[in-house]
Amino acid sequence: MSRATNSFSRSAAAHAILIAYTIIALFPVFIIVINSFKARNAIFNAPMTPPTAETFDLVGYRTVLAQGDFLQYFQNSFIVTVSSLFFVLLFGAMAAFALSEYRFRGNKLMGLYLALGIMIPIRLGTVAILQLMVASGLVNTLTALVLVYTAQGLPLAIFILAEFMSTVSDDLKNAGRIDGLSEYTIFFRLVLPLVRPAMATVAVFTMIPIWNDLWFPLILAPSEATKTITLGAQMFIGQYVTNWNAVLAALSLAILPVLVLYLIFSRQLIRGITSGAVK
Amino acid sequence: MGSLNIENVKKSFGPVDVLKGIDLAVSDGEFVVFVGPSGCGKSTLLRVIAGLEDASSGHVIIDGNEVTSTPPAKRGIAMVFQTYALYPHLTVRNNMALGLKQAGTPAAEIEKRIAAASTMLSLEPYLERRPAELSGGQRQRVAIGRAVVREPKLFLFDEPLSNLDAALRVNTRLEIAQLHRRLKATMVYVTHDQVEAMTLADKIVVLNAGRIEQVGAPMELYNSPANVFVAGFIGSPKMNFIEGARLGESVKTIGVRPEHLTVDAKKGAWKGTVIHAEHLGADTNIYLDCEKAGLLTVRVFGVYDAEPGATLYATPDPARTYRFGEDGRAVK
Repeated sequence: MSRATNSFSRSAAAHAILIAYTIIALFPVFIIVINSFKARNAIFNAPMTPPTAETFDLVGYRTVLAQGDFLQYFQNSFIVTVSSLFFVLLFGAMAAFALSEYRFRGNKLMGLYLALGIMIPIRLGTVAILQLMVASGLVNTLTALVLVYTAQGLPLAIFILAEFMSTVSDDLKNAGRIDGLSEYTIFFRLVLPLVRPAMATVAVFTMIPIWNDLWFPLILAPSEATKTITLGAQMFIGQYVTNWNAVLAALSLAILPVLVLYLIFSRQLIRGITSGAVK
Repeated sequence: MGSLNIENVKKSFGPVDVLKGIDLAVSDGEFVVFVGPSGCGKSTLLRVIAGLEDASSGHVIIDGNEVTSTPPAKRGIAMVFQTYALYPHLTVRNNMALGLKQAGTPAAEIEKRIAAASTMLSLEPYLERRPAELSGGQRQRVAIGRAVVREPKLFLFDEPLSNLDAALRVNTRLEIAQLHRRLKATMVYVTHDQVEAMTLADKIVVLNAGRIEQVGAPMELYNSPANVFVAGFIGSPKMNFIEGARLGESVKTIGVRPEHLTVDAKKGAWKGTVIHAEHLGADTNIYLDCEKAGLLTVRVFGVYDAEPGATLYATPDPARTYRFGEDGRAVK
């Protein structure tokens, strides 16, 4: 009999590797957060040390909250991320359901066409997108960003969800049809709850690039009223002088909402797994 | 309650013809079992009856009404699936109620029917539980209950016992038989297990490669199979087939069931060597390699000592020997 699974040295080694990885992954975040609480001199003199009573300074946060309309930027980022996420999940799940559930001519071709979006970066089409937005009068609106991010997120969402949808028992869907449920009810009430873990995964994958994106807000919606938090933080980075206190404070604050969203989805992920399947 | 008529139903998936023209009449209150090997089209036929698949051509008539293009919910049917297919997020009570709610049945009526069905299937203690909290047998009873409360004209069962273990399968089989007796409803049941077919059916439909091979009462199929396929499919262990030419007969194939052969150590029609013996207590299956007839299975009732390598003589019961012609059909 192998005692490998509960041997102390093996479990210690596994933990050591995981802890080492965690430290490496969290270190940059940690440095940003501690330095955001320090005075400017302290940031440069001793970037690795945590704030002490002498070096502790909230000047960064004061600047951020005083200058510019940061609450507005947060709100913009939040609206854009949440709306894009909503549309990606809704349309992605619906398309995935259609692709996996119905036999129709061109089904495979449609799937392939949608999967192409994963391979071709949407930024290649920036000029065309900008022209389109100018022509439709959507420049400097959050709608423009939501549309672009929805298009950007859909291919991967459809690809992953279609795979999961095809694992949902056919008998269950047929039982619903015999009980007189409409296709929409079958989709929303029977299939979606069963693919919730996959939805949560897709949500996390979709959300983070949207929240962190600088490219499209800079090009499509740079006006004061539509700035996102990532774009807003850029105003402290100058060509000659950079207000590091403010930049670090803004970045630290920007972590919070995305962390909250992540926690919500990861809870869903766990609940989805434990909710008990058909068999 | 309901009769069922199927007229020349064909179904193709692309270039593959799964059903090649099925005609069948089921009268009110009958228990019909579709049986056949995997891929013979029996489940597809059931789905066509349910309306989950559209027939490529032909008509499905339930209780005198043409339902070929009616959606499943409006056909007056209820279906029990192999994987139970209970709604995981609903309690047992709501699982049963959902179809009725969709049909706009008054709440008091729903309550009444659920109470009656759960008493019949001993499900009262579990009404507030979710499917995940039930055992396999209980889940299948809930699935049956969900069908019962709809008071359908036609019950459809799609291999309902396949996911249950052997002991539970016998119990549930008994429950389904009782249910049929009590409700006197028309039931169509699909299985690949010929024991289920023989024990439950009023009428068995043997399907093979998208065609009906034979329709008849269980004993009719056992005693007078129409062709080689039915003869080989019904009965366990399988019927022995011997080439007619080896025995100097004019027909293509001679068939004799293992239980219609007798063995003797001294004399008999066909001399053979014992290859293997299976002792089941109530009977013994002996595999004999005969010089004249080839490999035979012999079923001897009770215990019979037969060592591998021993010589035995097998003798067929002449009254119960089947003869099949070139086309595989039985010759009288």
